[in-house]
Amino acid sequence: MSVVLRGGRIIDADGERALDVELGDDGRIAAVGGGLRGDLELDASGCVVSPGFVDLHAHLREPGQEEAETIETGARGGSLGGYTALVAMPNTDPTTDCVAVVEQVRALGRPSTCEIVASAAMTVGRAGEDMAPMGELVDAGVGIFTDDGTGLQDPRLMRRIMEYSTGLTRRLGRPVVLAQHCEVSALSAGGYMHEGEWSSRLGIPGQPAEAEELMVMRDIALVRLTGARMHFQHLSTASSVAMVRRAKAAGLPVTAEATTHHFTLTDAACASYDPVFKVHPPLRTDSDLAAVRAGLADGTVDAVATDHAPHAPHAKERTFDEAPPGMLGLETAFALTLGESGLDLPEVLAVLSWRPAAIAGIADRHGAIVVPGAPANLCVVDPDEAWTVSGVAMASRSHNTPYEGRTLRGRVRHTIRAGEPVVIDGEAQR
Amino acid sequence: MTAHFLGIDGMARTDLEELLELTDTFAEVGRRPIPKVPALRGRTVATVFFENSTRTRMSFDTAARRLSADTIAFAAGGSSISKGESLRDTVEVVASYGADALVVRHPMAGTAHRVAGWTNAAVINAGDGCHEHPTQALLDCYTLRDRYGALDGMRIAIVGDVRHSRVARSNVLAFTALGAEVVLVAPATLLPPAVEGWPVTVANELDSVLGDLDAVYLLRMQRERISEGLIPSIREYAADFGLSAERTARLPAEAVILHPGPTNPGVEISAAAAADPRSVILDQVVHGVSVRMAVLFLLLGSGRNPADDDGGNR
Repeated sequence: MSVVLRGGRIIDADGERALDVELGDDGRIAAVGGGLRGDLELDASGCVVSPGFVDLHAHLREPGQEEAETIETGARGGSLGGYTALVAMPNTDPTTDCVAVVEQVRALGRPSTCEIVASAAMTVGRAGEDMAPMGELVDAGVGIFTDDGTGLQDPRLMRRIMEYSTGLTRRLGRPVVLAQHCEVSALSAGGYMHEGEWSSRLGIPGQPAEAEELMVMRDIALVRLTGARMHFQHLSTASSVAMVRRAKAAGLPVTAEATTHHFTLTDAACASYDPVFKVHPPLRTDSDLAAVRAGLADGTVDAVATDHAPHAPHAKERTFDEAPPGMLGLETAFALTLGESGLDLPEVLAVLSWRPAAIAGIADRHGAIVVPGAPANLCVVDPDEAWTVSGVAMASRSHNTPYEGRTLRGRVRHTIRAGEPVVIDGEAQR
Repeated sequence: MTAHFLGIDGMARTDLEELLELTDTFAEVGRRPIPKVPALRGRTVATVFFENSTRTRMSFDTAARRLSADTIAFAAGGSSISKGESLRDTVEVVASYGADALVVRHPMAGTAHRVAGWTNAAVINAGDGCHEHPTQALLDCYTLRDRYGALDGMRIAIVGDVRHSRVARSNVLAFTALGAEVVLVAPATLLPPAVEGWPVTVANELDSVLGDLDAVYLLRMQRERISEGLIPSIREYAADFGLSAERTARLPAEAVILHPGPTNPGVEISAAAAADPRSVILDQVVHGVSVRMAVLFLLLGSGRNPADDDGGNR
């Protein structure tokens, strides 16, 4: 059966053109041209056909916390959000810190509607004490290492992991990416939101911006020392963005991501005391938000990530200190980036698709130029369609979206994963 | 007024004055030979305390009983999470005993606000972490008003661990709403991280403000602030910020001394200061009951006569 995306305009890293796309049975693009017809024709009129999105930062909770999310439900949410690949964070239970768990995550991901890229922990059990078997993991194809959820505190161990990773480049075929959740726990411990005027007024103990910035500063220094390929996760403060900007200008091999919530929400949201707004790093101030947008605008921040972090409803029905941090992100990322990042549409697609695909080392399959023979991982987005966010309507097993009830503009109409239409007219097909 | 009493934040001067005037009525009840009225007969007040407290719970309990309400108590020393039950589950269970009002104390800011979203009962904030303790602020205002007639133009120092103090946050709002001037006095580590925008001035030395005060409000000092690295020692704190006998002597003759209790004698307040005729610490305790009667009545007793002692069977 031939499938054709009809009547849209293609936007990819090569530019923009109004052409139809025919999907082949082999999971690749069969033809790109005008007036193509197929057995199944998906309407793309008024829409943009883009390479599928790539999330560098998704918590899929499996194995271990299946009440909150599974790889299947997380991938379905990803597909509804236009994603064709998700980098799964390793803070699972057991921790994804060895080949066996990596293989389990991949096996669970294979029948899902996204490509699941397993990342692995830098240290055993993410405990920050002993290096994970990085060589074995690299031989199994793992290219991204992170202790996400916590920063790696010990500067000596961080230095060693950086050095060790540079020796694995040939085995992987490209530089190993070390992704850091920057947070000096001695400064952040006991803090549940950004420390500042709002935390002072609300009486919620805060964590200062410097808890993030000190680790960004340390890791930039260690990259200079070791030459390791470093990726900064969820940058949230003005000073962090400025340091990464200078590091890039100095030619250091660093990249960075920002989450949608760090350029759309501020610490003022915590005034509701609703832990749906509790997240690490915490929501910051207006000026931090502006700096993150400026970082996206000038390329300091390479990619938008979601830090999609599902938590079952009862987990958030606790006090602000006891509730776990994190918020849903996969289904709202495109509309928020389009509406609030300040980027124009081609740049929005770049930070959601081909730039993160390159960082994840999957640019051969995702974020690719839309030409015959390329892998058919695509999404069709309507930049004008307005919709209202509803947590319970999402594919996730959890409902913890901080955008509940908000009307957003920009919606994913169809998503194609390896030639298969997994979302048609905004409906998940499986 | 809403159906809840969650904080001083957002209350207008007139709201505060209305409550203080209503408190007069209940203070009068407290002075009767039989200090009890049937105003809330048939109503149930639940104290829901997730943090150890004897005084505040006794005060609310006494207030509810003097209004003839039934009282039930829930007390959990540790957090609810230790039993695996979510806060919401706990609240729904307590409310299902038929409570008309939940008096909530919790070590985390915002808990009373969250609880208010989950129950039809009236919620009274009896202290939420480092956020607010609004009935304490009311009783402090009532105590000052009792001495001075009004707070307008008063200069009040709040001394000590403002950073972690719900009493300080509520009192800054209440004192300034009623026209007083507030100076926060604390070592820099015990001030909130950002006090810009607060209607206060700040001083790091008690001696610099002592001679120019109408009231000095001493906050309780916790020993754990030493292990948290916020102060070097209790000795140094007491030397710099304690209301010693010598400092008490330098207080203006008409100034009053307040403390939310329980005191740490020799730390933030000397025995001499506590026993000084200018100390109103015991008045605060007495007024606490009257103020809490007023709050309970305002939330639960609408349409009834507050001081009615002729309401039927007793």
